[in-house]
Amino acid sequence: MEGNETYWSENLRLIFICLAIWFVVSFGFGLILVEPLNAIRLGGYKLGFWFAQQGSIYTFVGLIFWYTKKMNDLDKKYNVEES
Amino acid sequence: MDELKLYTYIAVFGSFAVYFGIAWWARAGSTSDFYVAGGGVTPMQNGMAIGADWMSAASFISMAGMISFLGYGGSVFLMGWTGGYVLLAMLLAPYMRKHGKFTVPEFIYDRYYSKTARVVAVICLIIASLTYIIGQMKGVGVAFSRFLEVDYDLGLYIGMFVVWVYAVLGGMKGITYTQIAQYCVLIFAYTIPAVFISLQLTGNPIPQLGLGSTLADGSGVYLLDKLDMVVTDLGFKEYTTDNMGGTVNMFAYTMSLMIGTAGLPHVIMRFFTVPSVKAARQSAGYALVFIALLYTVAPAVGAMARLNLMNTIEPAAGQNMEYAERPQWFKDWENTGLLQFEDKNGDGKIQYNADKETNEMVKVDRDIMVLANPAIANLPNWVIALVAAGGLAAALSTAAGLLLAISSSISHDLMKGILTPDMTEKNELLAGRVVMTLSIIVAGYLGLNPPGFAAGTVALAFGLAASSIFPALMMGIFAKKMSGKAAVAGMISGIGVTMLYVFQHKGIMFIPGTSFLGDMGPNWFFGISPNAFGSVGALVNFTVAFAVLKVTGPAPAHIQEMVDNFRTPHGGVSAAHDH
Repeated sequence: MEGNETYWSENLRLIFICLAIWFVVSFGFGLILVEPLNAIRLGGYKLGFWFAQQGSIYTFVGLIFWYTKKMNDLDKKYNVEES
Repeated sequence: MDELKLYTYIAVFGSFAVYFGIAWWARAGSTSDFYVAGGGVTPMQNGMAIGADWMSAASFISMAGMISFLGYGGSVFLMGWTGGYVLLAMLLAPYMRKHGKFTVPEFIYDRYYSKTARVVAVICLIIASLTYIIGQMKGVGVAFSRFLEVDYDLGLYIGMFVVWVYAVLGGMKGITYTQIAQYCVLIFAYTIPAVFISLQLTGNPIPQLGLGSTLADGSGVYLLDKLDMVVTDLGFKEYTTDNMGGTVNMFAYTMSLMIGTAGLPHVIMRFFTVPSVKAARQSAGYALVFIALLYTVAPAVGAMARLNLMNTIEPAAGQNMEYAERPQWFKDWENTGLLQFEDKNGDGKIQYNADKETNEMVKVDRDIMVLANPAIANLPNWVIALVAAGGLAAALSTAAGLLLAISSSISHDLMKGILTPDMTEKNELLAGRVVMTLSIIVAGYLGLNPPGFAAGTVALAFGLAASSIFPALMMGIFAKKMSGKAAVAGMISGIGVTMLYVFQHKGIMFIPGTSFLGDMGPNWFFGISPNAFGSVGALVNFTVAFAVLKVTGPAPAHIQEMVDNFRTPHGGVSAAHDH
């Protein structure tokens, strides 16, 4: 089951990248760094406020689809797709 | 009958007729149909069904109102209730689908080879789901009584009957296809008023953009800046920066809601209905798209409704509205008790501000911000009628999902799994239907006689899911050596710490006067409010589980093999729904 182990560690690497972005846009930009970011404007939005109420959600959606695509590629590469 | 009432009847009973039609078309013939809709739901369909399953009366009716009054602090709900889907898509759903069973406690039983673990999971599931369902039942009663002026009790009976028809007849299959219809109704009902209001206030029909635009009154001032100005002038905290209890509390709160969302069984169960691991990953993506449609509109609704309310009461500084000239919607909602005015200074005008001594709007219920929003903005009657059908769709769809979670954990996990393992499939299906009927009666009873602590219990539902179910599932997948003993120890200490914290601040079993530490900021652990404590409970769960694992040794080899097996989509016992 050599192949399966590298499949799993590649999956873990992907999850780590996604969750790092997940954390940065919500907890990072939306909460911890909200004050400095609020000095920047995005139209009528303060940027930190925008990340907390809009931007983080859009990023979450993008993340799931990106992960799904990457995993489909990975399934093919290691030949573990469902029949 | 006036025009508005006629439209409302058409919208509500028209949508019910659709649900009944679907129920008849999607009858369940096997336990697989009943528990997982035969495993044949497409990712897009499942995404919509998850959307309706997830978005409850609270999301539809209350959330925008909470944001309206919390401002920036309301972000915890927006991030928390969407971010959980990222965790579901990457950490839980694909692997649990691969394992291919019917219920969450069943997965826990297989992975931790322990009946204790299964029973603990069933208990958490039932408490979390029942507390959640009370809110839905109340939502149904409220929607009927407010919009159709039907008695609250009668409204609730009608709601119970509607759910009973399609949930008992169709099980997961009926629920899935009804939820798809309910999603369409609720998203339409939510966004149409928002589009109108955004257009009125900013000239931009897309609420997400309208919220960041300038006002259409020619002043060139940004909507959010104007709102900040209006609320701070009246002594309220600035809308865009008001942080609820500080950053640490918001951090813990958001985290609790995220992992609580990922650990709620009625949501996880929906991932068992798709045919493959690939489809499970995809449906999480679609689900979040459909959820985000409402969740990115909600902050616009909240902010715009707040601005409209303020402008109605005090169109320009010092020119307060005469109470005698208040608009019709004001009178309507006064009748329901959700709005209350008291002329403290006797000048016949309405003063609304943050000062308890002089504020005359003694009650402004947060639910008003969605329910009365179309009327405040003078929208046409057919738009107002939609809101009633949408609120009912949101409440009924979530109630059905919760009822299925409860009844399957009783008929499949307790009866078939532990008490009478030799039950035939036909009898299990019958048991499922009987238990479902009983659950509806219990839920209805709780909706009619909501326990005094009902308001505090939603925190408990998320706290339980966050501190027990989510960590147990995640360790089951990512920590191959995690043993049954260690997982049970972790679950029990996670729940224990969370319950203790909630009870010590909110009262034992929420009975007033029994809290030995008051429910206030200075007494909170690092300023974390009881609602936000699930994340700390989860941390305790992980720590205890790994400590016990270290002392008692790893899970047996065949369990570790099983974990290897569900980590890859291909091979092994993927013969999912035929046990």
